[in-house]
Amino acid sequence: MSTQPYRIERGGRIDRTLPLVFTFDGRAYSGFAGDTLASALLANGVHLVGRSFKYHRPRGIYTAGLEEPNAMVSLRKGDRHEPNLTATTVELFDGLEARSQNRWPSLDFDVMRVIDRFSAIFAAGFYYKTFMGPTRGAWMFYERFIRRAAGFGEPPLAPDPDRYEKGHAFCDVLVVGGGPSGLAAALAAGQRGARVMLVEDGAEFGGSLLSRPAGGETDAWLGAVVAELASLPNVRTMIRTTAFGAFDHRVFGLIERVGDHLTVPMPGQPRQRYWIVRARQVVLATGMLERPIVFGNNDLPGVMLASAGRCYANRHAVVPGRKVVVFTNNDTAYAAALDLAAAGADVNVVDARCAVSVDFERAARQAGIALHVGSAVARANGGKRVSSVDVCAFDPVRVALGAAKPRLACDLLLVSGGWSPTLQLLGQRGVRPVYDVKRAMFIAEKFPDGYRIAGSASGELALRERVAGGAREGARAAEVCGFATSGQATLPPIALPDEPVSTDIVPVWMVPDLPGTGYRKKFVDLQHDVKYDDIALALSEGYESVEHLKRYTTLGMAIDQGKTSNVNALGIAAQILGRPIGTLGTTTFRPPYRPVAIGALAGQETGLHFKPTRRSPMHNWHARHGAVFATTGLWLRPSYYPKPGETARDAYIREAAGVRSGVGMVDVSSLGKIDVQGPDAAEFLNRVYTNAFDTLPVGKARYGVMLRPDGIVVDDGTTSRLSAQHYFMTTTTLGAGKVMQFLEYLLQTAWPTLRVQVTSVTSQWAGVAVAGPRSRELVASVARDVDFGNDAFPFMGVRQGRIGAIPVRLLRVSFSGEMAYEVYAPSRCGEAMWQALVDAGRAFDLIIYGVEALGALRIEKGHVAGAEIDGRTTLADMGLARMASRKKPFIGSALMQREGLADEARPQLVGLEAATGDAALRAGAILCEPGRHHGHGIGFVSSVTFSPSLGRHVALGFVSGGMAREGQVIDAVFPMRGEVRAVRVRSPHFVDPEGARLNV
Amino acid sequence: MLRIACPYCGERDQVEYVYAGDATCRMPELTDSDLDRWADWVFIRDNPMGEHHEFWQHVHGCRQWLFVVRDTVTHEVRSVTLARERPGATQP
Repeated sequence: MSTQPYRIERGGRIDRTLPLVFTFDGRAYSGFAGDTLASALLANGVHLVGRSFKYHRPRGIYTAGLEEPNAMVSLRKGDRHEPNLTATTVELFDGLEARSQNRWPSLDFDVMRVIDRFSAIFAAGFYYKTFMGPTRGAWMFYERFIRRAAGFGEPPLAPDPDRYEKGHAFCDVLVVGGGPSGLAAALAAGQRGARVMLVEDGAEFGGSLLSRPAGGETDAWLGAVVAELASLPNVRTMIRTTAFGAFDHRVFGLIERVGDHLTVPMPGQPRQRYWIVRARQVVLATGMLERPIVFGNNDLPGVMLASAGRCYANRHAVVPGRKVVVFTNNDTAYAAALDLAAAGADVNVVDARCAVSVDFERAARQAGIALHVGSAVARANGGKRVSSVDVCAFDPVRVALGAAKPRLACDLLLVSGGWSPTLQLLGQRGVRPVYDVKRAMFIAEKFPDGYRIAGSASGELALRERVAGGAREGARAAEVCGFATSGQATLPPIALPDEPVSTDIVPVWMVPDLPGTGYRKKFVDLQHDVKYDDIALALSEGYESVEHLKRYTTLGMAIDQGKTSNVNALGIAAQILGRPIGTLGTTTFRPPYRPVAIGALAGQETGLHFKPTRRSPMHNWHARHGAVFATTGLWLRPSYYPKPGETARDAYIREAAGVRSGVGMVDVSSLGKIDVQGPDAAEFLNRVYTNAFDTLPVGKARYGVMLRPDGIVVDDGTTSRLSAQHYFMTTTTLGAGKVMQFLEYLLQTAWPTLRVQVTSVTSQWAGVAVAGPRSRELVASVARDVDFGNDAFPFMGVRQGRIGAIPVRLLRVSFSGEMAYEVYAPSRCGEAMWQALVDAGRAFDLIIYGVEALGALRIEKGHVAGAEIDGRTTLADMGLARMASRKKPFIGSALMQREGLADEARPQLVGLEAATGDAALRAGAILCEPGRHHGHGIGFVSSVTFSPSLGRHVALGFVSGGMAREGQVIDAVFPMRGEVRAVRVRSPHFVDPEGARLNV
Repeated sequence: MLRIACPYCGERDQVEYVYAGDATCRMPELTDSDLDRWADWVFIRDNPMGEHHEFWQHVHGCRQWLFVVRDTVTHEVRSVTLARERPGATQP
């Protein structure tokens, strides 16, 4: 194991008492608690950590935060393997296993590096140009090679073993960002009594203060504020939590990484928690990100942002290099230069500005830093690590290089091109940043209602101003929520340093090529390997809109979403087009601000919990008696009850045959049930059903069909009249929700004066259908208080009775075509009612049947169900034209007359069977004229079954011409399997067309 | 995610509601057999930019149908009333 040769002996915010061991590409290293994977690798002198997306160029650690474009690794193994994590945000833990990505056979020697030699070929638009037109077919051949060559990490293949949770929260003031201004804002709002949530992406509060030398005066301030916040019960502080999305009405999505910094989450702990937060006011204290300057070979390992260099030195006590060149166009990089010099590094500063303030000049001289003003780094040199830089005189106004200066040897090149306020969350709300010429940054000027911005996110650079702004915005947010001034001091009486920060900056987006070399590897987007050339090419081909530029070059895409590349790209494009940068516009930001694991968004809603499960009151009986369940919408329904050795087919055929020959019983509790009451109930049902319900006598049921307003059939069922103003409606299992919603819609929006109340009672009633020639005997043997005589309780009669002590509703209705009764009992009595029928049924050889047999029975009878009522069919299509009343209007009565629906050529319901012998038909098969298997055919097969009564397979289907084709032989074509079957058209009523069996 | 203030249940998340149609259109009288008027009501909708009148149902709450005035650009919800109490609800 190596010994952290680049670790600074003292200082930093790491815990030297907690050494940690980790591996990178199988090699063991050591670090300390408080390290990130990146800082620990740098402490061990490891700079080469990955290969680039397209060209497989060696890449290092570029930043110290979530904006990292290069240092992506895969973490953990097996089912916890996770790709594309930035080493700069991965907190080190003991036993951490990280692997580099997109390289073969090894990171150090990657054969695909050869692509880099041909990079001119793989410019922007390569795929569009290469694989369109005559060469399009070549894509099919090359795709797998290209897919293998380009990319990031491998996706995990096994299910994630960790738990993810969702949380819901409400607050008065949400403060995003736990840096100095966010802390000040949270404190100001919290001291006024507002319910505050302060969320910080990192592992500790402090933001930019953590990059300052440990133990300084800002640490005293930080400690005091964090302690004060912890003492306020109305303030909730969250670390390791990213506000990734700002949605409408101040709803925010947060990801709390509860267990990511541990080897595995602790028992009972989730890995991550997805929070949905509703805030009344929002203070965005999201800070700034430093941006680079683009120059030749700017992607070499050892090139990093100046702020990152300072962070590694002061926060993690790591010098990322001993011979340092700092290339800047502004004052802020001097802090990094001075801190690294103080850590013992040999530092040169190359400043693109013609002059530097006397303060910095003096400070640099005192620290032994060599200063090169009016100069630029034109190119970095090195193989897998920067070894020197070529420096030239530079005119930032003309963007032109002058005379070459001596080459500077170095092992670390820090770059600062200025700063960009982090405005992604505002961007998600539609705010378009505007360019501030003086400060050379994009800032936000307008805010959505309830949003405020504080600190460096507002473009402010001076620490004291940032803190004051945070306190001011936090206080205002609390006041808007009704929390007046508290009278207390809002900040601890610890003075913050009064330090010189100027906004003196000369914008430099890119340094031109060294004269005469034509060196062109200048990377704008490091993550997606987008070069200066690609931008120039896209612009020359007319892709001038920034949205087009982004899509043509893929700039700003992928996991970092261009956090270190977007603004430079705009600057470079402006330069090429000769237009001011502010006139180009910016691309649109969308959630998430940083990648979010799908597992976190899913939370516990996976597997069985993906959706609710509805079970019948008799479910446990079915389960105890070997039912095989099938799902219908949310419902679990018994499909069939196999006896030992029976297949599904054997079982349903036996069950259906048993119903026809004796008596069977099926659970119909899942049918939708709606209680309709009120003086206008009859009028209401008359309007929603195609047939009349005002004429229905009390004590009778009627089959009803409903149409959508556009004339298409939506649902059917039986509705009984229990009293003059009280109806009991049943719907199909799947139609229950939409029928209920539609009835409510009509009553509350279209006909608010109708005095009708509708109530869903689906869950309140258990239902059983008892069917078969012996059904009357069975039901009569258990039901009391009912006269079962054929005239006393006729077909479509409705009676109230009881089974034992259970009150039941009895409907003599039939779906199977047999004499049958539906028996409804209160749900809590469902199993007792069922058991009473089962017990009595022993004397009748009662068959318990499931939905498969139910389907077989109704297909034999030609009764339509969901496969026929598929949202495209009319009454006439299903042979139900007589169901449409001519005496009264109803929903859909107008539009069912429209030309397209009245067309006689529409496919109509028919029965189908094999033309010769017997053969199973396939639902979904296309019906065609014999031998003419093209186009959409003349119809389709909707439902298929084996008919026990006929001893052969039968089907229902729709065919143009309908029953006029009776006896004709046509083809049922199933192209997916290459099947063609000759089928004969016949009546859909395969069994008992006269309905004689209903009245035995 | 929108936050919609149900007159019965208070301010709730959008996921408790379903968007349920354009409230600027009025269903023709059932006795009206004019196909064009029905086709207009069923199929033809404006796509306004700015203030819009909508029906929403608090389907996972009190199940009331609501009349919502919403800005389609900003998503600002200007008012929420019960659909049966909206202006002109009971006019023929």
